[in-house]
Amino acid sequence: MYYIGIDIGSVGCKGVLFKNQIVDKKVLPTGWNPQKSGEQTLNYLLEANNLKAKDIKGVVATGYGRVSQRFADKTVTEITCHGKGGYYLNREIRTIIDIGGQDSKVISLNDAGDVIDFVMNDKCAAGTGKFLEMTINSLEEQIDNLDNLVKDDKKAKISSMCAVFAESEIISLLADGVSKSEIAGGIIDSIIDRINILLSKITFQEKVLFTGGLAQSEVIKNELSKKLQTEVFSYSNSQFAGAIGAALISKDML
Amino acid sequence: MKSIEEIFNNLDGELKGHGPVAMKNLVEKEGKNVVGTYCVFTPYEVISAADAVPVTLCSTSNDTIDEAEKDLPRNLCPLIKSSYGFAITDKCPYFHFADIIVGETTCDGKKKMYEYLDEVTPVHVMQLPQSSQREADFNFWKNEVVLLKERLEEKFKTEITEERLEKEIKIKNEERNTLKEFYELAKLNPSPIYGTEIFKVINRSNYTFDKEIANQRTMKITEEVLAKYNQGEKRISKDAPRILVTGCPMGAATLKVIEAIENNGGSVVCLENCTGLKPNEETVDQDKNPIDAIAEKYLNTPCSCMSPNDNRVELINRLVEEYQVDGVVDMILQACHTYNVETKRIKDELKESNTPYINIETDYSQSDKGQLGTRLTAFLEML
Repeated sequence: MYYIGIDIGSVGCKGVLFKNQIVDKKVLPTGWNPQKSGEQTLNYLLEANNLKAKDIKGVVATGYGRVSQRFADKTVTEITCHGKGGYYLNREIRTIIDIGGQDSKVISLNDAGDVIDFVMNDKCAAGTGKFLEMTINSLEEQIDNLDNLVKDDKKAKISSMCAVFAESEIISLLADGVSKSEIAGGIIDSIIDRINILLSKITFQEKVLFTGGLAQSEVIKNELSKKLQTEVFSYSNSQFAGAIGAALISKDML
Repeated sequence: MKSIEEIFNNLDGELKGHGPVAMKNLVEKEGKNVVGTYCVFTPYEVISAADAVPVTLCSTSNDTIDEAEKDLPRNLCPLIKSSYGFAITDKCPYFHFADIIVGETTCDGKKKMYEYLDEVTPVHVMQLPQSSQREADFNFWKNEVVLLKERLEEKFKTEITEERLEKEIKIKNEERNTLKEFYELAKLNPSPIYGTEIFKVINRSNYTFDKEIANQRTMKITEEVLAKYNQGEKRISKDAPRILVTGCPMGAATLKVIEAIENNGGSVVCLENCTGLKPNEETVDQDKNPIDAIAEKYLNTPCSCMSPNDNRVELINRLVEEYQVDGVVDMILQACHTYNVETKRIKDELKESNTPYINIETDYSQSDKGQLGTRLTAFLEML
C-alpha cells in the first residue's frame, strides 16, 4: 500500500513515496508551472519505483501550489503537513521553524504532534529564502555556497530587514571593503532576528526542528542554535517534512 | 417550497424600500432629510426622531482609496481612507444625498479625517469618552446626545420630542430583535445559515429605510429557513468547525475573510463585529427617559476604542458558549491600533476557555487572498 505526498513550494517541488516508511523522495525545481512540476515529481516517484497510478492508495498535495494539482485526492495546508512531518522525523519536536522560498513560519505542536499554534510571515521577503537569495546574489555568490562563504564569527551589521534596502546596504558595505564572509554572517543574523520575532509570538517549547530549503545550511542551523540557546535539529529529510506530512495524512485518510 | 439557498438568492431581487433608489425617492418625492453615519455609536433614534433618514455611508471598497491617499497618509486604516475617498469622488449614493454627517471621535484617524470631510459636507462630531464605565463618562456622553439633538433640531427646523424619541426607540428595537432572531438561527448545530448570509441579511435590513418592510422581510426569511431546516435541509456538515468572527467592521472588500473560512470547510456562526451582531445584542431600555436610555445603550457598545473594554471580552465569552464556537478569528484592519493592541487580551482570555484563536491583519486589497486562505485553512485544520 503506497501513499504519496507532494509539497509544491515556491522554489522546490518535493515528493515523498511512503509505505510504512519513506520509500523514496525527490525534489525538482518548481519553475513557472507548479502544476507541471507537481506532476513530474509524482511521475518520477512512480517510474523510479516501477509503480503504476493504481498502486497508489492516496495522494495529498500541500504547499502554495497545492490548489493547482489535479492528481491530488486532497489538499492540506503546509502548516498542518509540516507539523505531521516534523513530528514523524522526531517525536520529541514541539517547535518547527520553516524557512521557505517565499515565506517563513513557526509552528507549535502538542505532545500528540497536533498543531496548536502557528505564526507566518507571508507579507514580505524579510526572513525568507528570497531575502537570502537576493542578498547573496549581490555578493555574486550562490545560496548553495553559503556555508563555504562564512569563514568565522565576524559579522557585519545589516540593519534593514527589507530585502530591497538590505541589498543597497550590502553594496555600501562592499564599497567599504567589508569581506564577503562578514556580510554573509550579517545576512544570516538578519534572517535569524526575523525568525526570533515570529518565535516570540508563540509559546516556545523544546525541541526545535528546522525545515524548509534553508535548513540545508549548517551555518544557519548552528547560528539558530546559538541564538535560541538550544540544539536545533535538522535532518537530511528536513526539506521533505511537508511532503512527508502530506503522505502521512493521505495514509490516515483511509 | 424554495430551498434555503434560493431564499437568500431571492433576497437580491427584493429591492422594495431598499438601497439608493429608495433613498432617492425619499429625498425627491417625500422631501426627507438625510443624515449620513459611519459608526454604531451614532444614536440612530435621535436622527429618525428628527424625521430624517439615518444611513450608513460607504466605507468598504478599495476603489476609492487611491483618491483618498492624495490627501490622507498611506499608512492609515483602509476604512477611513475608503470613506473619505467615497466622499470626495461622490461615488457613494448615500453620501450624495446626505445633508449632514454625524461622526464620533472613535479614533485619531477618523476624528482628523472629519476635519477635511467637513469641507465636503457638514460633519457634526460627537465627542466620545474614552471609557464607558464611570458615571462621568455617562454624563459626558449624554450631553453629547443632547448636543446632537439640538444640532439636528436647528438644522432641520424641527423639535425632537420625548414622544417622537420613544416611538423611534420602539421601531429600532423591533429591528434589533428581528435581526437577532434571524442570526441566532446559527446557534443551531449544524448552522442552517452561512456567515456570508448573516452579513447579507443584516446589511439588507440596514439599508431598508422603511423598518416595517425590513422587519417583515427578515422575519419571513427566519421562518422559511427554519422550516426548511426542520424538514431536514442541512447544507453545512455537522463536522464543520464553528467560527466566531470578531474585530474590525466588515464589508464588501473584507468579505474575503468570511469566504476564506467557508470555502475551506469552516462554518461562520457568529459575526461579533459592528457590522454583525454588536449593535443589535442590546436594545434601548423603553422604560427609561429616552435620552438616558439612548445614551446608556450606545455608550455600552463593546468597542476597542474604550479603555478598559471588558464589555467585549464578556460578549465574546458569552457568544463562544451560546454559539458552541470551536475557534475565533479576529480580523484587524491595517493601522487599527486599538483592535490590534486588543488582540493579545482576547487571545489570553480565550486561552482560559481553551478556545483556539487567530488574528489576521488585512486591508481592502484582494492581493492577500491566497495567504489568508492558507492561514485560515491551517487554523481550521488545527481545530
